[in-house]
Amino acid sequence: MRYLVLIAYEPGAWSEATDEEQQRFTEGHLAFHREVERRARLVAGEALAGTDVATTMRHVDGKVVLTDGPFAETAEQIGGFYLVDADDLDVVIDLCALLPPAYTLEIRPAVSIEGFENH
Amino acid sequence: MSDSAIEAAFRDHWGRVTALLVAQYRRLDLAEDGVADAFEAAARRWPVDGTPGNPGAWLLTAARRRIIDRLRAEAVAARKEPLLVVDENLRQEAQQIMVDPGGVIRDERLRLVLLCAHPALAADAASALSLRLVLGIPTAEIARLFLVSEGTMAARLTRAKKKLAASGVPFRVPEDSVLGDRLEMVASVAYLAFTSAYAPVTGADVTRVGAAGNAIRLARVVRDLRPGEPVLEALTALMLLQHSRRDARTDEQRGLVLLPDQDRSLWRHDEIAEALGILAPLLRDEPGGLAREYFLQALAAAEHAVARTASDTRWDRIAAHYAALEAHTGSPIVRLNRAVAVAEADGPRAGLALLDGLETRLPGNHRLYAARADLLARAGDPAGARAAYDVALSLCGNDAERAHLERRREALLGG
Repeated sequence: MRYLVLIAYEPGAWSEATDEEQQRFTEGHLAFHREVERRARLVAGEALAGTDVATTMRHVDGKVVLTDGPFAETAEQIGGFYLVDADDLDVVIDLCALLPPAYTLEIRPAVSIEGFENH
Repeated sequence: MSDSAIEAAFRDHWGRVTALLVAQYRRLDLAEDGVADAFEAAARRWPVDGTPGNPGAWLLTAARRRIIDRLRAEAVAARKEPLLVVDENLRQEAQQIMVDPGGVIRDERLRLVLLCAHPALAADAASALSLRLVLGIPTAEIARLFLVSEGTMAARLTRAKKKLAASGVPFRVPEDSVLGDRLEMVASVAYLAFTSAYAPVTGADVTRVGAAGNAIRLARVVRDLRPGEPVLEALTALMLLQHSRRDARTDEQRGLVLLPDQDRSLWRHDEIAEALGILAPLLRDEPGGLAREYFLQALAAAEHAVARTASDTRWDRIAAHYAALEAHTGSPIVRLNRAVAVAEADGPRAGLALLDGLETRLPGNHRLYAARADLLARAGDPAGARAAYDVALSLCGNDAERAHLERRREALLGG
């Protein structure tokens, strides 16, 4: 199964961190990558720019309307994501436990939609 | 006679057959419906045909037949359900089990128990699902236990089953490194069912005794499968001790009878003896974590259980167990229980001192004010006691407890 791991964190958690803390963030991600290689497969993963540079698009009365900012203003922001292919949720939970403890993670299974399996 | 054969089969085989069907078909809804249909068929057939030589094999065969019928009907409707993650070898094994009616049913229940109590589910949903799938408790009965309508409970169970399949929770006993945490979750799920049975917030029923018995059965099933796990040992002892007082807890008018006034000959002394036997090995090697919480609570309950009369109760020991428990958990509820025990051991003023400052940590808790009222009355302050009873009564929603509090307030002298 493919799982999207959404990484939520408090803005500033990285920029305000000391060198030592930043080192621990990096170590968490490296440990995650090592373990994913062993027990699952990493399909994709990116760190994202802040929501201050996000653009939200909606259709309103048949027109595309853009707004400056994210879907919703919340204290926590999506700071990045991983897309992992693993056998089951327990494996993903084990892997995600290696990521920095400052994160809140939302683990969402991907579903396949008929006709779009290979796109 | 067949009725009792079916009851025995229900106790022995519901969870086992369900677990095997889950392994084979990877669908919780199909397994649940299949086993329910099989028991319905048994209730019709066994009184006529006689009880089969191997009831488990009979039930498994009947359930499989129903599931195959349903799968055919679904294929026509082209329904697509997410399938549970089940190891291929396990699936094949489950398929082959009991092709001959003399075969033994392999016990897959530990996987089922761990699946139902997976931490990806909310605790109340996990508790309800465990009662339904492992023990076969009817949905209506589970709904009454958790004080929701049958429709709400059915929807909660359906959602839980769907989540387990759709999120890819595996039907597997996890590695030792996480098994301890997962068994703690199983224990807390069983205890949630037990405490729900004993602590209704509103209404006329003081306890729902049958539901508490089911929670104990759930813990026993897991204990049989994983003997010697401290968290399950301590929890079983604790629940047995609390449950052993059920017949003495209410009088003929269904009013609440408190511990000191209970007729101790009504306590189930066989269950008390069993609980003490379970606790004995834990005394040599005291457990940690959640097991320690259950263990210390069980020790306090055991002091009551072994006291011949209320006045023989070793309150000093109970106070010491609660002090250890408060140090372990930091819980304000434990502090309240400790204060009551200390008041019995060292006088009401010592108890009142421990209650100081608890209002902010236990907002709206009627038991805190009831305890304060009792202690103030005993310390010779009836006016203070009356005021505290008034607060307790304004916060308490249980009819039997309210009646009891009103009696206590009426009995105050002076003021």
